[in-house]
Amino acid sequence: MDNLYQYLLTGLSNGAIYALIGFGFAIIHNATGIINFAQGEFVMLGGMLALFFLVFCGFPLAPSIILSILIATVVGIIFERLAIRPLKNAKPIRLIIITIGASIFIRGAAMLIWGKDTHALPAFSGNDPLYIAGATIMPQHLWIFAVTILVIFSSRLFFNHTIIGKAMRACAYNAQAASLVGIDVRIMVMLSFSISAAIGSLAGIIIAPLTMTSYDVGIMLGLKGFCAVIIGGMSSGLGTVMGGLLLGLLEALGAGFISAGYKDAIAFIILLLILFFRPEGLFGKKETERV
Amino acid sequence: MILKVANITKAFGGLTALDDVSLGVATGSITGIIGPNGAGKTTLFNIITGLYTQTSGEVYLENKKISFFSPEALAALGLVRTFQNVELFGQMTVLENVMVGSHTKSSSGFLSCAFKFPRQIKEEKLIREKSMRWLEFTDLDDHAEMRADNLPFGKSRLLEISRAMALEPRVILMDEPAAGLNSRETLQLAKLIRQIKELGITVVLVEHDMDLVMDICETIVVLNLGKKLTQGTPREIQENPAVISAYLGVS
Amino acid sequence: MTKEKRQIFVFLIFALVLLTIPFLLRESYLLNVLVFIGIHTMLAVALNLLLGYAGQISLGHAAFFGIGAYMSGILTTRFALDPWLVIILAALSAAAIAFIIGFPILKLKGHYLAMATLGFGIIFYIIFNETVGWTGGPSGLSGIPNLQIGGIIFDNDICNYYLVWIITIAVMLLSINLSQSRIGRALRAVHDSEVAARVMGINAWVLKVQIFTISAFISAIAGSLYAHTMTFVSPTSFGFNFSVELVTMVVVGGLGSIYGSFLGAAILTVLPEFLRVFEDFDIIIYGLMLILINMFMPGGLISGFQLLAQKVALKIKGK
Ligand SMILES: Nc1ncnc2c1ncn2[C@@H]1O[C@H](COP(=O)(O)OP(=O)(O)OP(=O)(O)O)[C@@H](O)[C@H]1O
Ligand SMILES: [Mg+2]
Repeated sequence: MDNLYQYLLTGLSNGAIYALIGFGFAIIHNATGIINFAQGEFVMLGGMLALFFLVFCGFPLAPSIILSILIATVVGIIFERLAIRPLKNAKPIRLIIITIGASIFIRGAAMLIWGKDTHALPAFSGNDPLYIAGATIMPQHLWIFAVTILVIFSSRLFFNHTIIGKAMRACAYNAQAASLVGIDVRIMVMLSFSISAAIGSLAGIIIAPLTMTSYDVGIMLGLKGFCAVIIGGMSSGLGTVMGGLLLGLLEALGAGFISAGYKDAIAFIILLLILFFRPEGLFGKKETERV
Repeated sequence: MILKVANITKAFGGLTALDDVSLGVATGSITGIIGPNGAGKTTLFNIITGLYTQTSGEVYLENKKISFFSPEALAALGLVRTFQNVELFGQMTVLENVMVGSHTKSSSGFLSCAFKFPRQIKEEKLIREKSMRWLEFTDLDDHAEMRADNLPFGKSRLLEISRAMALEPRVILMDEPAAGLNSRETLQLAKLIRQIKELGITVVLVEHDMDLVMDICETIVVLNLGKKLTQGTPREIQENPAVISAYLGVS
Repeated sequence: MTKEKRQIFVFLIFALVLLTIPFLLRESYLLNVLVFIGIHTMLAVALNLLLGYAGQISLGHAAFFGIGAYMSGILTTRFALDPWLVIILAALSAAAIAFIIGFPILKLKGHYLAMATLGFGIIFYIIFNETVGWTGGPSGLSGIPNLQIGGIIFDNDICNYYLVWIITIAVMLLSINLSQSRIGRALRAVHDSEVAARVMGINAWVLKVQIFTISAFISAIAGSLYAHTMTFVSPTSFGFNFSVELVTMVVVGGLGSIYGSFLGAAILTVLPEFLRVFEDFDIIIYGLMLILINMFMPGGLISGFQLLAQKVALKIKGK
């Protein structure tokens, strides 16, 4: 029973992270139709930058986090500006290749800068477990849940109740029409990359104390995030959260009860099954592709 | 009737793009389909050629039910089309584009293509010769080795027709073949469409150029807002007040 | 010279040069690198048929390479089956897997296809790692026998060189033939406009599955040859990074060019040898190459070569 509880807790907190990363995928996808293969690298950048500022530079926690997110966001903007915008109308295959290229590049740069070692980021509020209603929980788990809920609520507010958020949704729905009513689509695309990079790096920062971080954690985390958004469906924000949690739970239970070695395979088997049988996601709507 | 459409309805979410549309196309005729923008003409073509699935209704080719057939199966039955937004194989040469049109009329498989069996070499030569003839048919033979991307717009519409003809179709659906052509090119097109009819091929034409439609079509179907408004000879259509008001936007 | 004759001429020269290299160059290190270039060329050509011609990406091709390598390794070491028979068996198995997985996977397009093939590749990578009883897990599988035919054992560089390159050249020739036939046109048609291709009677879905299957078949052969020439395999050679490296070879060399695949394979095989000096730079350079080539030379380096050749030809004619 105790084990089960631990698995559920790990599953939910990993799942929350997957949901955040998946959010990043969906924001860019909805604005541009691109699946950004470099998404996971923003997550890695978040963790590594936070580590750098916090541990190597000795900055306090809050400035470290803010600086890390800012830098990752700037990387996202530069990436959009240099690699995505010039290829605006290219075929998907070239966009895929360019985002893969960018992801390798960012990963390679991180390796050159910070080396190949794996590091642990200190937990934000120490490592003493808390006792709540007879159950133990690490403070970092609480951080993760709190940040995830905060991000999800504020992005809901942003997309539904601010002019810029609404403009971004309009672009996602129909870029041409959006530009006709005076929305600068290019700025919206850039914005989508920066928001997505910011959320991704934040996810990387809050998970780093639990899972350790290194230059190459981006691949797997990115893929899991993608898996979450595919389970949920690109068009459904809440779906992505459910997708992330579902994936996190299945993984944790699979790792606990079946085999830890095959843990990562679970995500990909789910990914394939969903893509094969319900490509619009469990919570998404089907559309007729225009000819 | 070589082609029959019976009670087709197509809904995109809340939007009904086609609403209970029925029509027949006489064998060997040139039939026009007209209607204001967004009337559902292209959607109808997409359903007939198997690119969209209708919400309800049936399509028949020579009394054979072909509803929900795939585009490739329909091509094998001799049903082919051209596209409103020209869909050429841009990175291939003009000649190769037409050669693709012979796909259903040739049969060499992977092995014979990879190992260049004698039969394949012969077939390849035949495809090339036939394709050259279809290029001559539309006066594009001078451009045979050009990349299709680089063709001027008017000629790219002609190339689509050559490519479709290489399939040796029984019915050819053309979606706004005159859009973007100048008046000289439009005249050439009219001549070409008549020649196609003389080869015994049934032509269905979606077109906004009324002079062209009235000039070459025997029957005209009018769509408006997804519904069939009327059907008749060019004369009848021109005199129909409902058609005139549909085009003027009064209802 | 007609176009066709010129092509045959170019190919003959190409094959001749490659087959005479061992006479001029006896150094074992260089021959070894060339053997790798051969294996990588085979893989790049296989992926190019799918990626460059049919326009369908696979980020999991290392899996087929791995299936070939592990099947050869396992069946020859544990069951002492005839290695040549195993090569065919392995290639057929990889093809069968590709065929079965191909139907659902190639329904997907663009980014979704990329992610699905990636997932597929990672699943196999995990299998290679976790089925320790068969594959030896992360520490690998050793003692794979060299191939032999009659009395000749392929255990030295020259023998391996000819073994790999004769097969590679054959694969290249067959691929070139295929690409210029009605099937090759159909593949390129699907690449340029799948809708129009279907309307022209090409069953795009089945065609993609077929070329995916063939691509897997060739990749598995490359894998078997790799296992027999190295006599040792371990999972790291068949992971996501290698799948991406293969895509890089095809893109850098030139999408839709068989010689381009050779060029890409050669560059990406030789580069790390040079980079030994500044170890760790390879990842960042691959990334940069992918980005730059994709942005500024979508035809790959081979298109640059072709332009150069044309200019030279014009100069010669001018004189
Ligand atoms: N795949 C799709 N998804 C959603 N709506 C669609 C789709 N395809 C067409 N429509 C809608 O269906 C309606 C009919 O479109 P259609 O393209 O058939 O018109 P049309 O008669 O060909 O117009 P035009 O003369 O401008 O070409 C339009 O309102 C269009 O926006
Ligand atoms: Mg239309």
